[in-house]
Amino acid sequence: MRHKTFLWFFLPTGLAMLLFIALPIVSVVIQSIFAPHEAVLIEVENCTPLVGCTTDTSIDQEATRELREAKPLGRFVGLDIYLDRGHLAITELKENWATSETWGGFWDRLFNLPLYRALAFTLTFTFVVTPLTLVLGLVIALAVNSLHRHLKGLMIFFSLLPMIVTPLIGSMILFWMIDSRGIIGSALIGLAGDPDFSLKASTGLMWVALMVYGLWHAAPFAFVVFYAGLQTLPTDQLEAAQIDGATRWQQVKYVIVPHLMPLVTFVALIQLMDNFKVFEPIVGFSASAHATSLSWFIFNDLGGETRQLSSASATSVITIIGVAILLSPVLVRTWRDFKGAR
Amino acid sequence: MFLKKVALVSAMALMGGQAFAACEISARVNIVGNEFAAIQAVGAGAQECTGAEVNTNLTANHNEINLEGMSGNPSEYTSAIVANSSIVKLMNDDVIRPLDDLVAKHGGGLTKGQLITIDGKVMAVAFMANAQHLMYRKDILEQAGVDVPTTYEEMLDAAKSIREQGILENPVGGAYAAGWNLGQEFNNIFLGYGGSFFKPGTAEPNVNTEAGVNALNLMKALTEYMNPDFLTHDSNATNAEYRAGNVALLNMWGSRASQQITTEGVLEEVVNGHAIAAPMTVGGGTTPASTLWWDGWTVGKGISDEEAEATFVALTHGIRPEMLNEETSPLAVWLIDGYQPTEASQGVFAAAQMSTPPYPMLPFMGLMHSALGNELADFLQGKESAEQALADVEAAYIAAAKEKGFLE
Repeated sequence: MRHKTFLWFFLPTGLAMLLFIALPIVSVVIQSIFAPHEAVLIEVENCTPLVGCTTDTSIDQEATRELREAKPLGRFVGLDIYLDRGHLAITELKENWATSETWGGFWDRLFNLPLYRALAFTLTFTFVVTPLTLVLGLVIALAVNSLHRHLKGLMIFFSLLPMIVTPLIGSMILFWMIDSRGIIGSALIGLAGDPDFSLKASTGLMWVALMVYGLWHAAPFAFVVFYAGLQTLPTDQLEAAQIDGATRWQQVKYVIVPHLMPLVTFVALIQLMDNFKVFEPIVGFSASAHATSLSWFIFNDLGGETRQLSSASATSVITIIGVAILLSPVLVRTWRDFKGAR
Repeated sequence: MFLKKVALVSAMALMGGQAFAACEISARVNIVGNEFAAIQAVGAGAQECTGAEVNTNLTANHNEINLEGMSGNPSEYTSAIVANSSIVKLMNDDVIRPLDDLVAKHGGGLTKGQLITIDGKVMAVAFMANAQHLMYRKDILEQAGVDVPTTYEEMLDAAKSIREQGILENPVGGAYAAGWNLGQEFNNIFLGYGGSFFKPGTAEPNVNTEAGVNALNLMKALTEYMNPDFLTHDSNATNAEYRAGNVALLNMWGSRASQQITTEGVLEEVVNGHAIAAPMTVGGGTTPASTLWWDGWTVGKGISDEEAEATFVALTHGIRPEMLNEETSPLAVWLIDGYQPTEASQGVFAAAQMSTPPYPMLPFMGLMHSALGNELADFLQGKESAEQALADVEAAYIAAAKEKGFLE
């Protein structure tokens, strides 16, 4: 397609993307560089039941209202929120770098900062779950594809179940099973021979449980995409390979996988993006003591008794940048393919 | 079972309403609030009013929607049912109106003790009180030969005896789930040790102190006697452990006392052995290691005066003395005139008599609570020292308070 034709073809989509994707992102960026006005505090007398009257600090509404009306966006703070301890923690990083004598001490203190701790979990999760999802998805697709055609429909339905179940519900089911009084939890206690053995009390095991959940939830997606790809597999190539005496493994490696490669890239792209934003299992497993993610921070900032909108916005922008960095190798490759195809 | 009870409460309230005062309103009423039996009874009472529509949205997620729902002009909701922690957010954003004129006009049935006064202006009308206090299994304490604990130190001794005699493996229960619950348990014990969250008259944090370290060490000692999954146990999970007979001692909300043994599936021995007592003290102090709470309703600022009046009239009707009956009385410690304390309410009354401190109604307390809930789990897992955990709390709080403009 000529580029000019493509441009006209793409215009409606482009406009919709501008309206529904680009503008909200601009609004999030603006919210992240403005913070609420400095509060004007006053001492007031409060009277409450069963307690009587006490002197407490409160916000001077009149003074604050004037500030708000003068500058409705709030106070401009630039990148302050991005650099504070709740986000990139630049001051703490510098101090840590200057005072740590060993690498061990440096890492310990680095992972005591919320963002870096969350990144440690998120990146481990992303780089463990994504490849395993691809492999497991392919294995299920190959297995289902080799079944008798009467069994296929049924197996496809069952293989898709984890994707059909709402993520929060799915993670809660697993959460109850691994509880020390749940079926998997008590089986593990029996195996370990230790009545105090608890999967939920151990950070390492909690990470494993979260990753198992991530794999369980995402594998059907990879499966269904690969299975569709297998239906387009040219039979003559496979037959030629068989005549040449290729084993089953060699057929998969040299014929099937290269044929599916564009789909592998697609699934990897989607999974990298999804896994970097891991959220539901952390809430479902009540795992925030052991594992957090950027998305969980946003949820936590917005769900507290006092809402931190600027902080949540800054975390959102950092998430977008993180996803862009993760996807850059794949995007660069797609760009090269695009140029090569011309 | 629960639904049936709610239906019954509403039905009885409805009959009561017809028998007693008629409630006529002339503008819309829309109430947002938390979801538990006592608040549902109040909501049902307000809905008896005729003349205009009365809607309620009672949900456990009320904190995520009430500020937006009360903002704007006209706002979606005309009233938010709040507690001493959540009124602060509505005050900070200036979305609720002073009620003095409405109290003068329609508040004849309210007692002075129900009026929440901030800076001399009535900002909310309270209808129930709440506090965390001890709940225990008297049969198990008897079997172990220990007295009912009045201090946290005695609780630890009792737990030790129960475990050593092989009665229960993990006799202590506690809502120690990372997040709000964990922060709240720290608040209780920290206040019991005489701590104060902020340097007087400022928003500067003050938790990395001797009281803070003592509180954390005591919490750690308690967790040794808890189910190892304690960091994932919220109030519901803790109560489930209690009802299943796995726990003999716990610090629990008074608002849950009446449902503790009436829920379906509670073990027979738990029903027979269940007892409640006053909140415990700690470290030789006299102030209980607990906080006193109220629940009450507010009226929005972004609505017309007619809507505000209708809201006030309907909710005053919802908490009129006649709404108390056999079904509704045990649901809460009501602050309503003519309330007769029930068996389940003695823990909260003891808390009030022992001058338990109220949960701080400060604009920046919510940020401190979040910081505590997120940063203390590392210490309880043995990953860092108490001092380090408290230093992390202060650093996290300072970052948040700077963002919200409470600190320079």
